[in-house]
Amino acid sequence: MASLSNWIARHGQALISSGGHLARHGFATALTVIVMGLALALPLALDLLVRNARGATGDFSDAVGMSVYLKPQVTEQTARQLAQNLSGHAGVANVTLITATQGLEELRTQSGFGAALDALSDNPLPNVLAIRPAADASSPAQLELLRRAVEAWPEVDSVQLDRDWLLRFDAILDLMRHMLWITATLLAAGVIAVVGNTIRLEIRSRSAEIEVTQLVGGSRAFVRRPFLYTGVLYGLIAGGIAWGIVAAARAALAPSAARLAAAYGQRFLLEGPSACELGWLALAGIVLGWIGAALASAHEIARSGPGRG
Amino acid sequence: MIRFERVSKRYPNGREALSELSFGVEQGEMVFLTGRSGAGKSSVLKLIALLERPTRGLVVVNGENTAKLPLRRVPLFRRHIGIVLQDHQLLMDRPVFDNVALPLIVADTSFKEIDRRVRAALDQVGLLGKERVAPIELSAGEQQRVGIARAIVSKPPLLVADEPTGNLDATLAGEVMGLFRRFNEVGVTVVVATHAQHLVQASGCRQIALGDGRLI
Repeated sequence: MASLSNWIARHGQALISSGGHLARHGFATALTVIVMGLALALPLALDLLVRNARGATGDFSDAVGMSVYLKPQVTEQTARQLAQNLSGHAGVANVTLITATQGLEELRTQSGFGAALDALSDNPLPNVLAIRPAADASSPAQLELLRRAVEAWPEVDSVQLDRDWLLRFDAILDLMRHMLWITATLLAAGVIAVVGNTIRLEIRSRSAEIEVTQLVGGSRAFVRRPFLYTGVLYGLIAGGIAWGIVAAARAALAPSAARLAAAYGQRFLLEGPSACELGWLALAGIVLGWIGAALASAHEIARSGPGRG
Repeated sequence: MIRFERVSKRYPNGREALSELSFGVEQGEMVFLTGRSGAGKSSVLKLIALLERPTRGLVVVNGENTAKLPLRRVPLFRRHIGIVLQDHQLLMDRPVFDNVALPLIVADTSFKEIDRRVRAALDQVGLLGKERVAPIELSAGEQQRVGIARAIVSKPPLLVADEPTGNLDATLAGEVMGLFRRFNEVGVTVVVATHAQHLVQASGCRQIALGDGRLI
């Protein structure tokens, strides 16, 4: 019990002394944690971008539908029957039949080709079924599934998704998500390198102290301890800075995002970094800071053995 | 306490500092290592404190064969030896208290115990009341005494000193030697390397005279 409280006191002391050291060298500390903070902020910003873009397109999904063009020989009677069947299909909210006659009428009034159309002996347009998918079945993958099912029907000539761009956009988001992981990995390596180099310089500048400590019987673990805590503190502060950067960026972008959403007739809130993400950033910073410090101190601090003591 | 058997030490630059040196120091004894500079005094002390290992031969300290001691056990081994160097190796950016407390801190001593023992050590070297002073504000003799307090604070059974009076005038040197005598009187084995012959003769202790890395 006494040794445990002793252990806690020792580590607390190392932590406080590392913190004091960082505070005394405020400028150097600031430079290091800002670089680390930026490196940690970038993946989070990218993640939020992807998530917000996904959220936004999810909101637009009720504007997505598909048009089913029936073969010319299919009668209006059969088309009505098909519309009926389709309404009962899972994932379909409602089906509207636009008959060939209606289509021609619409074209005549809207296109200005009235006279030309009058010259035709018979109606070239097919019957069309306009499908509006159910809200819970409007993901690009589900829409694609529905499209294939309908296309397989013998009466159907072709099916066109009204929002092909949605599929492409989803593919882009997928690509960005993968890029996010690559970016995060590279930047994590960068954070480790920054901490490692900073700690390495610090070890060099305190070599006299290390030498004396080893002379009086300080173990390698003891000598390394304050440097490991320094790395952890760097990471922790950098995590906080990264969160602050992203939160500030969100606040700066929120008004223009709201204007963009309003232009599409949507109410859309730009999602920001949550307290949970603050925790994850801090954890990532701590782990990376520790790794960087551990690597540097393992490399720089020789065992207090003969000839090196 | 200390046993050297046919010990040779050759440094990477090819210089042979010790050749076939054999001697022993009994527990509770106080001995002087004497000889001109370059005679091998510092090498002997470095081998005792495991700052170096012998090229050939056997060095036994505190019952430990230093050749067989794994690196990870070297710190523990050193905690049983008080080391005083000519350039006392104080941390100039820390107050006297922190300097003296260092051997206790690395050994995970409790704060209460540290406080008590640092004061006791400072009292023994006549520096009680200077705990909060920076070493830079002290005189050369006082700085050397802080180094001695640091060496004895963990009550090691063995104290080794390399030219502890090298930078001091005759009066201060006499005082420092007096300190070593007092530690020896309470049972500490003391090995002092020095070229100050008059101090050795005044003490009446055994001397191990070295010349060119051999006994003379």
